[in-house]
Amino acid sequence: MKIFKVLGSGCTKCKNTVQLIQSTANALAVEVTVEKVEDPAQIMAYSVMSTPAVVMNETVVHKGGIPSKEQVTQWLQD
Amino acid sequence: MFQIFTDLASWLVYDLMGLSSATKLGDALHFFVEDVSKIFVLLLVMIYLIALMRASINVEKVRDFLAGRNRGVSYLLASGFGAITPFCSCSSIPVFLGFTSAGIPVGITMAFLITSPLINEVAVLLLLSLLGWKLTLAYVVVGMLVGILGGLFLDSIRAERWLQSFAAKALQNGRAEQTVSTDSTSLKLTFKQRHNFAKAEALEIFGRVWKWVIIGVGLGAALHGFVPNGWIEEHLGAGEWWSVPAAVLVGIPLYSNATGVIPVMESLITNGLPIGTALAFCMSTVAASFPEFILLKQVMQWRLLATLFAMLLVSFTMMGWILNSLLFLL
Repeated sequence: MKIFKVLGSGCTKCKNTVQLIQSTANALAVEVTVEKVEDPAQIMAYSVMSTPAVVMNETVVHKGGIPSKEQVTQWLQD
Repeated sequence: MFQIFTDLASWLVYDLMGLSSATKLGDALHFFVEDVSKIFVLLLVMIYLIALMRASINVEKVRDFLAGRNRGVSYLLASGFGAITPFCSCSSIPVFLGFTSAGIPVGITMAFLITSPLINEVAVLLLLSLLGWKLTLAYVVVGMLVGILGGLFLDSIRAERWLQSFAAKALQNGRAEQTVSTDSTSLKLTFKQRHNFAKAEALEIFGRVWKWVIIGVGLGAALHGFVPNGWIEEHLGAGEWWSVPAAVLVGIPLYSNATGVIPVMESLITNGLPIGTALAFCMSTVAASFPEFILLKQVMQWRLLATLFAMLLVSFTMMGWILNSLLFLL
């Protein structure tokens, strides 16, 4: 099972990113957990500076905005 | 070049709706239609063009560029990068920590973070189109000065003492290691990638700011049409020394971004508000916002936040007074 973390300080973009991953996973019937990380110390640990950023199984796969649906689909199907 | 928007407004308001330009309503509505149409078109076109050019700049690059550089020029560079690098205000904490953990002094980081919301492509475009190049230049110079001097001041009082402990630790580690991260490989973008970035950027920014434009221009139009001529000049003119700090104090709780405030500023200035007072109002609305300060609390102790806040207040007030007194000399 893939574990996603969305890093960001809680603005709308971060919430939308969480929703996008969750809903895409539901649509593809892939089981995932999506966690939202707001703690600045944790975000710093991934050395991410532009949020929202997406971490998949502890690897930063995207940063600086809402990912596109195609990207999310690709992560889920990999 | 902008005449077409004046004509559009005249046609719509005077010809189509049959209002007279001598009435207050007609005048205010004309101002509203002209500014909203002009700003909307400019925003979409110009953000797209600017985003095409800066598609490959990002905060990671700025950090790597600033890390380990000599202090003197860094304040200027940080503030300059703040002016041209946009980032969502909800990213300010990760940016702050990213800079800090690369060992960049707090003052230099803050020079970047103060300048960034003050000067951005949208603000500069609006200023240019509504208020002309002289004021735009003054705005950019003052905005950068506030960032640079603010940064110098914070370092001179050793502001890093008042960081939250984990941020202070990150700074120390960063200094000891002097690492320059390697994840920001300079990527070459194809035109198609640039186009996609620019298109997304233009639509995203437009989607975020269009309501501010309506509100800002609406307020500006109301001021323009309904405040009696000469009233502002008489009551809030440059002779009234207190008008500048008052403008700053009024500006702070009004959280807005530059897009909403600049049309109000245009209207205030054409109605006789001195430029220093108008700029002080505009900058305090844009730069010192409560939501941002609450975010910064995560990495700074109260003392540093209060210092930062006071510093911005004082610098906007001083800037307003200086500009107003220069106007007297002219």
